[in-house]
Amino acid sequence: MKKMLGIIAAFAIALSASPALSASHTMEKVKACFIYVGPIGDFGYSYQHDQGRLHLEEALGDKVETAYLESVPEGADAERAIERFARSGCNIIFTTSFGYMDATNKVAGKFPDVKFEHATGYKREHPNVSTYNSKFYEGRYIQGQIAAKMSKVGVAGYIASFPIPEVVMGINSFVLGAQSVNPDFKLKVVWANTWIDPGKEADAAKALIDQGADIITQHTDSTAPMQVATERGIKAFGQASDMIRFGPQTQLTAVVDDWGPYYVKRVSALLDGTWEQVDVWGGMKEGHVVMAPYTNMPDDVKALAEETEAKIKSGAFDPFTGPVKKQDGSDWLAEGEVADPGVLLGMNFYVAGVDDQLPQ
Amino acid sequence: MGMFEAILLTVFAAATPLLLAAIGELVTERSGVLNLGVEGMMIMGAVAGFAFAQITGNPYLGALGGMVAGALFSLLFAFLAITLVTNQVATGLALTILGLGLSGLWGEAFIGVPGVKLTPIVIPLLSDIPLIGRLFFAQDILFYVSIALVFAVSWFLFKTKAGLILRSVGDSHGSAHALGINVARVRYLAVMFGGACAGLGGAHLSLVYTTQWIENMTAGRGWIALALVVFASWRPLRILLGAYLFGAITILQLHIQALNLSDLEFLPAPIYGLMSVLKSIPSQFLSSLPYLATIVVLVLISRNRRLTLINTPAMLGQGFVPDR
Repeated sequence: MKKMLGIIAAFAIALSASPALSASHTMEKVKACFIYVGPIGDFGYSYQHDQGRLHLEEALGDKVETAYLESVPEGADAERAIERFARSGCNIIFTTSFGYMDATNKVAGKFPDVKFEHATGYKREHPNVSTYNSKFYEGRYIQGQIAAKMSKVGVAGYIASFPIPEVVMGINSFVLGAQSVNPDFKLKVVWANTWIDPGKEADAAKALIDQGADIITQHTDSTAPMQVATERGIKAFGQASDMIRFGPQTQLTAVVDDWGPYYVKRVSALLDGTWEQVDVWGGMKEGHVVMAPYTNMPDDVKALAEETEAKIKSGAFDPFTGPVKKQDGSDWLAEGEVADPGVLLGMNFYVAGVDDQLPQ
Repeated sequence: MGMFEAILLTVFAAATPLLLAAIGELVTERSGVLNLGVEGMMIMGAVAGFAFAQITGNPYLGALGGMVAGALFSLLFAFLAITLVTNQVATGLALTILGLGLSGLWGEAFIGVPGVKLTPIVIPLLSDIPLIGRLFFAQDILFYVSIALVFAVSWFLFKTKAGLILRSVGDSHGSAHALGINVARVRYLAVMFGGACAGLGGAHLSLVYTTQWIENMTAGRGWIALALVVFASWRPLRILLGAYLFGAITILQLHIQALNLSDLEFLPAPIYGLMSVLKSIPSQFLSSLPYLATIVVLVLISRNRRLTLINTPAMLGQGFVPDR
């Protein structure tokens, strides 16, 4: 009996020790799965994530197998899609849109052995959930400066998707950039309430141009606004990827999301057994955000853009540096103060100079 | 070009695909068949229209291709719902889902390709008339077709024998059958007409509206077209009104959003006050206005039971199995 107990005790020790062992164990091969909000052919946001996936396959070769689901709506469908992936043997699942936040955390609770990486969110309710994001706003500041230099009337049109911190941050940064060049610069904002609907995005672009904007920028994913800008003979910025093919004479630059290096890093960590929960927010410095070539602009504008880009890249400058007031006139950042990342990631207010009412 | 004219131009463009798809569905429903696959047929028209235009380099052939694709795709529905007498609601929904999937598959090669635009046909002299010239006489062919179709369908349904036969099939397929009318044949033709129109509406999206192909680019316009048919209580001319009203709501909500209040301070106080109230409406609410309008109209017309019954095809959604 005593012997028996001893064996049981030994078993118990072995069992309790095994999680510690598995936590550091290395893997031969990883199945990495991706969930996209739009079609991979949007030539915008989802396209760039898929480019990241292809980069991952190329970099890690036969050590990685990938799978993806595109055009997965944010909501109940997302949870089903993520759970399907978790059941089908995915070791790590990248959920690439803000609206997958709750679904990702819910499924992560049910599958503790699968790693989850949620893009642009802030909830990490389980140890197997990481969040990652890029400081797109850095690029939007440069766009704002270019817009203020290039606009003849001093008015730009901004096609926004949903009033989430990510998008609000972009608008604020764009305005701060523009007003650093022209303090009277004005921005018109249209909320499309969709990530991708070419018809509606085109309509929004037309409405903005008809009301006098002569520069168009967008935080929605299709190339339709670029085409409208081309037809109307004005300039525009590409979104998420280099959209120069759709407006060779139109695109000034684009904030390009480069997810590839991050995907390689995270899957490699899983292979080495060093994967840990992280909250990564990389910008130009880390190579997450890259500017498409500066085109269709005079040399002095290009020089200004390059100068700002270099300052941001070196870490010497952040677009959200005081003094900055909120839209209602109250103080936000004091002289020289840099915004707290936590405040930015929950940003639900405009800075002074944005002439729009933020939908709540 | 004045601002007013510019706004109307975009309203016209927004209304045309809705009008095309809705007028086709009206004819289908008048024959007693409820085809909920409009969205699917539209997207097939969009991808086929884009593909044909791209391959041949001719946007007119593209529009034709979109029309044919919509009609062919609707044949699948017709075979299931008319010949095999399946549940029309389920079959229509299946057609939409299938269309969205198939178009994504077939359209993959055309993603990211700048397309061929269907350019406007400018009618000399007439197009020089101030305001209405540019609006009515310098448009693409699909605009002219959509307007002509409304009047043609109205004339066909209410002034020709063939139209009477179609309506009789929709109102009482048993009686029509007893009179020797081939119910199935009439319905096949009506469904294919609906498919062709939806396909043409889809082709408008990928050839005129935004010259590109993207998956799911119809983005629910097929459903609005379906709602429009009910909105119009199955009368063609009301479809014209409805489509333009929907188009106007879609466009105007964007314009309200784009307004900067600080630019309007010169306006008299009441107008400025009105604008600031409009501006304070959340954009999410404005985006849902076209759908809310449909619900309001449905409530209004359903209050008058007799009026609803007069226009609703009595056999709508019911399969026909001849007993002898």
